[in-house]
Amino acid sequence: MAAPKALQMSASLRAGVISLIAVWCIIAAFPIFWIAVMSVKEPVDSFSPHPLKVIFGPETLASGKGLSIIDLLIGAGFIYLIAWFSAKKLPRLVNDHSPFNLVFLGWIVGALLTGLVGFLGLGLVLPPLLGMFNSFLGFLGSPIVGFTFEHYLAVWIENEFYRNFNNSLIVTTGVVTISLTVGTLAGYGLARSGSNLAFWILIAALIFRALPHSVLVSGYMPVFINSAEILEPILGSNAPTLYGQPLAVIAVLVSINQPFTIWMLRAFFQNIPSELDEAARVDGCTHLKAFWWVIMPVMWPGVITTGLFSFLLGYNDYLVTSLLLDSQNQTMVPAITGYFNRETTMTDQVEAVAAAVSITAPLFLLVMVFQRQIVSGLTAGAVKG
Amino acid sequence: MKFRVFLGFIAPSMFLMLVFIAFPLVSVFIQSFYTTTTVYENVEVETCTPGFGTTTCVTETVAQPLKDQNGDLVTETSFVGLESYKNILRLEEAFTDFSWSSLMAIDFWKALRFTLVFTLVTLPLAIGLGLLIALAVNNFTQRLRGQIIFISLLPFIITPVIGALSIRWLFIGDGILTAFLEWWLEMDIAMFAQAWTIELMMMFYRVWHVAPFAFVVFYAGLQTVNNDTLESAVIDGANRFERLRYVIIPHLMPLIVFISLIHLMDSYRVFEEIVGFSSQSYVISLQWLTYEFLTLDESGTRSIERASANSMMTMIGIVIILIPLLQKTWRDHKARIL
Repeated sequence: MAAPKALQMSASLRAGVISLIAVWCIIAAFPIFWIAVMSVKEPVDSFSPHPLKVIFGPETLASGKGLSIIDLLIGAGFIYLIAWFSAKKLPRLVNDHSPFNLVFLGWIVGALLTGLVGFLGLGLVLPPLLGMFNSFLGFLGSPIVGFTFEHYLAVWIENEFYRNFNNSLIVTTGVVTISLTVGTLAGYGLARSGSNLAFWILIAALIFRALPHSVLVSGYMPVFINSAEILEPILGSNAPTLYGQPLAVIAVLVSINQPFTIWMLRAFFQNIPSELDEAARVDGCTHLKAFWWVIMPVMWPGVITTGLFSFLLGYNDYLVTSLLLDSQNQTMVPAITGYFNRETTMTDQVEAVAAAVSITAPLFLLVMVFQRQIVSGLTAGAVKG
Repeated sequence: MKFRVFLGFIAPSMFLMLVFIAFPLVSVFIQSFYTTTTVYENVEVETCTPGFGTTTCVTETVAQPLKDQNGDLVTETSFVGLESYKNILRLEEAFTDFSWSSLMAIDFWKALRFTLVFTLVTLPLAIGLGLLIALAVNNFTQRLRGQIIFISLLPFIITPVIGALSIRWLFIGDGILTAFLEWWLEMDIAMFAQAWTIELMMMFYRVWHVAPFAFVVFYAGLQTVNNDTLESAVIDGANRFERLRYVIIPHLMPLIVFISLIHLMDSYRVFEEIVGFSSQSYVISLQWLTYEFLTLDESGTRSIERASANSMMTMIGIVIILIPLLQKTWRDHKARIL
């Protein structure tokens, strides 16, 4: 539908709009794009003041590590294919193939599989294949852009970053599952109850949402460190020291996230007409049955969205994990500070960059697959107020 | 829904919030009035130095930390009243000569100053930028919107520490943006050598991180602007700016309030920027100060009581920020009941 003539923009305004959007897109993507470029170059190239040297990496190329035009084209094509698949095909596949009540699990499996295919394709299948190609192709096959995976190998294998990845995985999985289980129940209760208590709980949750996390951690700290002594009268001599326990951190993160979770889930539940559960009640369901068999199947979009934000909280957290976990079972984000506080050599710094990109890559995939859900989550709280 | 059923549904969530949010708050409050110190005992130590012929012996009294049977340090906890608060605020030093520099020499006031400036400067920038992008995208061709939103979400979704680091790597040493600025302004620039440039980068990072959120929310709000109102405004002769000022902004006002609120809460607890930019020797924030009190210092202790006192002071700030909002919610709620 064309806008009325009076609402259409003049040419100069149109140019302004286009350039504004272009500038914003560059600013938004540039730092992330740049660390990705830096992470695959030798340190001399990565920290060179000349942007072209960082992009083409002459030193990296001179040491015999590079990509040819063919490599670049096929690599870009592969990434595009993955992006297209996750945006256009994945949602339908997930909906068709997951069991009736468990679309949520279907999404997790779908996202993980897509990530795995992307990782295997780029990391393991394409390199040797393209290596064979390049030897036939002459000019098109000769390397023109410096490229090396060695920093990633150093970070993940030598520095055992996979341990931190594992810990991140444990913490985020725990946070997402527990906070959704607890949160959906509370969100449903709050959405369907008009009582004064519900109002006051929501207000209290709003205040809790505003608290700096360090305030709460200074409350946990002495209790967690001395928990063995405190819990001894109740649990006997095998009372655990909670400090350094991933389970304790999961409980803390879930609770910190509860206020936000119940607000958001409540907003989604309010969108579901309450006639639906009344009908189920008339047919003889208990509240819990109506909740699980009638409301939840239509609620999955909201649950996925809230789960995404819980995931982000657990995955991105620095403060709580760095204070309450000791260095043996540290998650990825606090572990990265070990690199740049060291800052002894240039190589250390590039390895830090590689670790940073490794942390960002899953998030990138997440936006690709779940863009629509993220947007709906951002606007859910706002529109409902 | 019956009240008892309602209680059943919310019980697990309430339990978690009570144990892990409400209880720590009380415990922080109590901790801030107590201090835990290592108990020292005075031991007489005789040191003898061999001299010419005679040995000179000196008996000294040395304070040694007391240990129990297991070899752990013995600590004792005592009520100190407002002592920890005094240690943090250091009011006598801060306000004796009313000079700005002596006030800024004290960690708490330094952190408070930065936290407030940071919050108040980034607020209008983030909202303004978000609104601008939303308006631009809304007037842009339909086809590329998905891609633009995808790119815009990247700064929002990135781990805050990593986001701050990625900005830092653009500027650190002869990073490409520092090199570009040096070439452009024809002067030597060291972005990490003074406080104000670091603060600028931190604010840039935060606006970059928050603007996408504002953009997405405003963009959703713009979809519901009433086209009839806009057209009548055109007929009445309103130009583009007037339409924005008198139709679109009033329509978006609830969203602007919502984003301001979220932004105030989030930027008041600014912390990851300090870690990402390693700026602790120049710029610190309130939450970072608590964090530092909680980490082990050289002597292997954590000053929990100072952290608690600092937390309480931080919370007073949050309450002041939230009061207007709570008043409004309360009025709305009463209006709904009546």
